[in-house]
Amino acid sequence: MENTPKVITRREFIAQFCRGAGLLVAGTTIGSLVGRTDASGMVWQLDPDKCTQCGNCATACVLNPSAVKVVHEHSRCGYCELCFGYYLDQRPDNQEAAENVRCPTDAIKRLYVEEPYYQYTIDEAKCIGCGLCVKGCQAFGNGSLILQARHDRCLNCNQCSIAVQCPAQAWRRVPASEPYLLRSPRKAQEGAEPTDMTPATGGAQA
Amino acid sequence: MIALLLVLGLLWPALGIAAENFPPPEFSWNYQFPQTPVPGPRPPLLAWIDMAVLAAMLVMAAWAVYRTRSRSHLFVLAAFGVAYFGFWRKGCVCAVGSIQNVALSFTDPTYGVSLAVAVFFLLPLLGALFYGRIFCAAACPLGALQDVVLLRPLRVPKWLDSSLSLLPWIYLGGAVLFAVMGSDFIICRYDPFILFYRLGGTPLMLAIGTAVVLLAVFVGRPYCRYACPYGALLGLCGRVSWRRVKLTYGECINCHLCANACPFGAISPPTAEPGSVSRREGRRRLGLLIALFPLLLAAGGFLGRFSSPLLAKVDPTVRLADLVFLQEKGLVQEPTLATEAFARQGRPAQELYQQAAAIHRKYELGGTLMGVWLGLIFGARMIRLSIRRHRAEYDIDQAACVTCGRCFDVCPVERQRRGTLTSE
Repeated sequence: MENTPKVITRREFIAQFCRGAGLLVAGTTIGSLVGRTDASGMVWQLDPDKCTQCGNCATACVLNPSAVKVVHEHSRCGYCELCFGYYLDQRPDNQEAAENVRCPTDAIKRLYVEEPYYQYTIDEAKCIGCGLCVKGCQAFGNGSLILQARHDRCLNCNQCSIAVQCPAQAWRRVPASEPYLLRSPRKAQEGAEPTDMTPATGGAQA
Repeated sequence: MIALLLVLGLLWPALGIAAENFPPPEFSWNYQFPQTPVPGPRPPLLAWIDMAVLAAMLVMAAWAVYRTRSRSHLFVLAAFGVAYFGFWRKGCVCAVGSIQNVALSFTDPTYGVSLAVAVFFLLPLLGALFYGRIFCAAACPLGALQDVVLLRPLRVPKWLDSSLSLLPWIYLGGAVLFAVMGSDFIICRYDPFILFYRLGGTPLMLAIGTAVVLLAVFVGRPYCRYACPYGALLGLCGRVSWRRVKLTYGECINCHLCANACPFGAISPPTAEPGSVSRREGRRRLGLLIALFPLLLAAGGFLGRFSSPLLAKVDPTVRLADLVFLQEKGLVQEPTLATEAFARQGRPAQELYQQAAAIHRKYELGGTLMGVWLGLIFGARMIRLSIRRHRAEYDIDQAACVTCGRCFDVCPVERQRRGTLTSE
């Protein structure tokens, strides 16, 4: 018995052959994936140049409240006393009363800087990403308020459910190393001298 | 005045959004612009932990299936899988969905698959090549969820089971097609369980998810068997796996208890004595099927090519182009959000039509290949069904077996071997 070579049935042979082929395919896939692998991968982001502030970002996200928040690019902001993002367009006698504020959740903080400038900052904990302020700012202001997926909240679903419902096809996958699509270069915000501060124009990272 | 502003506001996007209506403020003091916070995505370390957890779970699952042969060990692993990959990681990215990421990366040069996605795609497949579908039993949050709600398993008739088990292959073809076209990730979009993990979803998905879970109470793992594209791949690997799940290491006494215990129809009884079916008749049928195979592929390809305009409608750009066209022709009056957004971008409609036409052309090839794929699936299944195989004892279909371990616990030979057989 010891001398007889191990008999391989036809079925085993085919199985071995297929297993080898499977390993080969797996190896090839690994090989070709290595070239395509970006260690950090891709994340979803909203292109502010395509965004129409339809409001879907607030409702379509799997998170409630949405992972999309308003981001304020201060270097583009005009620091207007009567901000179109902050106040409703039509309000009697330019009143600054609270009922004339656009934001439904009081997520924008208005802070007096000096005459006639006011600073507007976003309280992300309150922001629901409805984009009402963005709509006002895009329509009448400098467009310094934009909607962005905040990656500390975003689950990075494989198929973003907001992207599916976006009427403007503004959502796309971007490299995780550059996860935001801000309009102005970030270095412009890092406390440059206010006198030589020129707001970035057309700095869209298209 | 306000009307004028409104008109201007509507025009600006068309003129390029960089319009700055108000000059930058000129502060009298050294005012510092507040930093715009840009929190980064998940740190890579967490992705490494995910990969390590997956690898560890596969190793433990192989151990539970082949060494301890314990259903309860597998159940604990599955519960952990539901907790970790399901509720903690919210089910994304999973091995099932990773098919699409890998497929997309082969056609879109700008798309990079993250290491974690590549590992989630490959590791369970490699596991299946060596140990069968251990991933399904232990680490898959979708499978485990169906497994724990399976209370009253009904037997699916063989003919129905055999026909429905073609669906995963069709789903796989569709998912790969729409992924490589960059149109949609349909596996993720129509994942029936993800809303339980995220505790939220659209009403449609809530309805589908509830229906599938209710079905899973009576039919063992309906999604895994009749929908899961990754399960189809795993089954293919499991069919030729190095180690094969065995009912018992003892001698089968043909008691049928295991086949009764398997809710997934993966255990086949012994066949009738050889010679009961005419060998010549079988050979003739097989020869005919093999001869018809190329015809089937060609017919599939033709049908696929024919139906490619329908397939292309999955692409959002094509759908938008159709809408814009209908509106331009005055067939649809009501503007939609999508057509309004397109109008605001100020691009000529011709450009959109050209884009859509290019996508249609890509789908002509894609649809043809999809049709050939369908022909291949049907042909291969018919050929396999016509090959009879002799079984002297109860045997596990390694492609269908999800290694849940239910049969180990009922096999009397196995229980005797393990010393858990008690006289009743």
